[in-house]
Amino acid sequence: MPKRLLKGARVVDPANGRDGALDVLIADGRVIRVGPDLPAGDASVVELPHDLVICPGLIDMHVHLREPGQEHKETVATGTAAAVAGGFTAVACMPNTSPVNDNAEVTGYILRKAAEANLARVYPIGAVSRGQKGEQLADIAELREAGCVALTDDGRPVATALLMRRALEYAGMFGMPVIEHCEEQTLKGDGVAHEGFHASTLGLRGIPGEAESIMAQRDIALAELTHGVVHIAHLSARQTLDAVRYGKDRGTRVTCEVTPHHFALTDELLGAPIPYDTNAKMNPPLREEADRDAMLHGIADGSVDVIATDHAPHHYDEKHVEFDQAPFGITGLETAVSLCFEKLVHPGIVTLSRLVELLSVNPARILGVAGGSLAEGAPADITILAPDLAVTVSTARMRSKSKNTPFNGWQLRGGVAATIVGGRTVFVNEDVGLRL
Amino acid sequence: MKKDLLGIADLSCDEIYRILDTAEAMREIGGRTIKKVPTLRGKTVVNLFYEASTRTRTSFEIAEKRLSADTLSIAVATSSVQKGETLVDTAMNLEAMAPDMIVVRHASSGACHLMSRICRSRIINAGDGMHEHPTQALLDAFTIRQRKKRLDGLKVAIVGDLLHSRVLRSNVLLLTKLGAEVWVSGPPTLVPPGIDRFGVRVSTAVDEAVADADVIMMLRIQQERMQGAFFPSLREYFNVFGLTTERVKRAKRDVIIMHPGPMNRGVEIASEVADGPYSVILEQVANGVAVRMAVLYLLAGGVEEGSHAEAAA
Repeated sequence: MPKRLLKGARVVDPANGRDGALDVLIADGRVIRVGPDLPAGDASVVELPHDLVICPGLIDMHVHLREPGQEHKETVATGTAAAVAGGFTAVACMPNTSPVNDNAEVTGYILRKAAEANLARVYPIGAVSRGQKGEQLADIAELREAGCVALTDDGRPVATALLMRRALEYAGMFGMPVIEHCEEQTLKGDGVAHEGFHASTLGLRGIPGEAESIMAQRDIALAELTHGVVHIAHLSARQTLDAVRYGKDRGTRVTCEVTPHHFALTDELLGAPIPYDTNAKMNPPLREEADRDAMLHGIADGSVDVIATDHAPHHYDEKHVEFDQAPFGITGLETAVSLCFEKLVHPGIVTLSRLVELLSVNPARILGVAGGSLAEGAPADITILAPDLAVTVSTARMRSKSKNTPFNGWQLRGGVAATIVGGRTVFVNEDVGLRL
Repeated sequence: MKKDLLGIADLSCDEIYRILDTAEAMREIGGRTIKKVPTLRGKTVVNLFYEASTRTRTSFEIAEKRLSADTLSIAVATSSVQKGETLVDTAMNLEAMAPDMIVVRHASSGACHLMSRICRSRIINAGDGMHEHPTQALLDAFTIRQRKKRLDGLKVAIVGDLLHSRVLRSNVLLLTKLGAEVWVSGPPTLVPPGIDRFGVRVSTAVDEAVADADVIMMLRIQQERMQGAFFPSLREYFNVFGLTTERVKRAKRDVIIMHPGPMNRGVEIASEVADGPYSVILEQVANGVAVRMAVLYLLAGGVEEGSHAEAAA
């Protein structure tokens, strides 16, 4: 691959303490040098506008690629196409496929599909328990060997405290985090929306925030007991954030993520503008204003480690039904960056540098994968952001196979200009029109 | 009126009064020897009932027939829904046959909203999940107004399973819009979270809720709620929340007792109260036909504002 010198943009690389007008030299899929006014030498020079930002490639540590088994919703190819269009150079995919990713065969299949697609890097996450049934541990060493970077029974919690204890202990041997979908099943019951005024008004069965926080408290206590590493997925309730802060204060190895929809939306969306819109149905549910505000505070004060999308594609037919019969979840890969700019950066809740930590540095660290840094010698996984780009969200332009998003038509400020994986340009936003 | 009647939430006070006034005129038709007017001749009304219903469905059917509409009722147990057809497909297929109105009862909250987005036919909500049952609230208001001559300023106590009740939601919306003072009471396990924002007074003490009430409205306790551990036993429920003659004495001397049916005698209401002198439960049923005639008539296009008496002529 030819040498390229990216000039003129602002580089935000918090892992190396960089934030300023710097040049980035890449060659052979790696970062060669970052510095002011680098000599071009034999590299081809790419002049970038000053208002663009070069940062280490974004990593979404919580996506559902649906393959194998649910290819009508998404495939590894369409999911990674959506990822790079959303500025993500890597995604970690959840094991609740069909069959479940609880063995090396399935892990290998996903990795082969990812290699064929050759867009974003794909890091499979293996199941904690065989078949995600919550009974027996999956073959964790085998999963590790096959390429899984973490474990989870996402979609459902690890049912018993005993199995969670064993998982934390056993996975700890490999330094693998256990990612928990926190949900006390009896308290959740057959709930479909956040328990509160809006669900009550619409006659929808509620799910209290405590269904999440009780399980998080259990897992944090178990992480302390076992010295294991637990990561709380898609944290949505203010009580859960308190539990995470408590664990962190005690030195427990706990981290957490928040989705864009949980910091951008509230349960008011259930009733308006489209009453009973099934794109307002996700698990955990959109919560009330106090929870949304708590998410913003947690993101600002550092209690939240990661922003992850929980990209959950569903087919149109599956969502075009009665609210209580629709599956939970919305897509997220292609709206995340714009929502982060609109709701976090432009209002001054986080700096751009902190946003890069949330979207790149921290997920790389938690999963123990390459990336999150533009250090010399690091893979040239680079996202070029356009902080002031006027974006109108349009499902018609989305690359995901599914269009289940509540954000269609939203006008947002900030987006992605281009995405580079291993030095290769895999996405250029035609609205910015860079020549890369 | 809007295209559909999905809930009381969408109605203004004026629209509510217009329906109640129109229902007065409709009631007169029911008292005639020939109980039929040609008002909806040539209009097609489909009754699509996904849940068992005796009272509401019969009431709608009688209302439709008295207005000379062509009506048919689809009992879902015998339709292609049993073959796995979705609500959306059923709606589109019915729509293809161009009915003027579709009356829908469904176990899912919001099912009528979904149909309303698909259908040009007018949708009348005959009860959707735990959400709303607007014609029930309208007939309740009609019955109260008939007895009390007004709605504003009345104390109305609603007692029972508040959580799962669509009758509660529609009644609270309607009664608070029209200025009644609404008290609700039931076991804390059956109170909807966030009810403090409904504009009602909440008390788990039935005696407090019914004290000096002008109207007491009892809600049905579904026996299967016991499995959900919402309360210990039907016996205990009756002892703590059941409406007894003793309790009725705490209300105003001219209190009226209402129940949307079907009743569980000896669970939420004692038989001597249900059949006693204060009970207007069968009047509610009778008025249901007139109120539904009014709704069908007004949704079908009615006539110019202020001249709805023509309908009955």
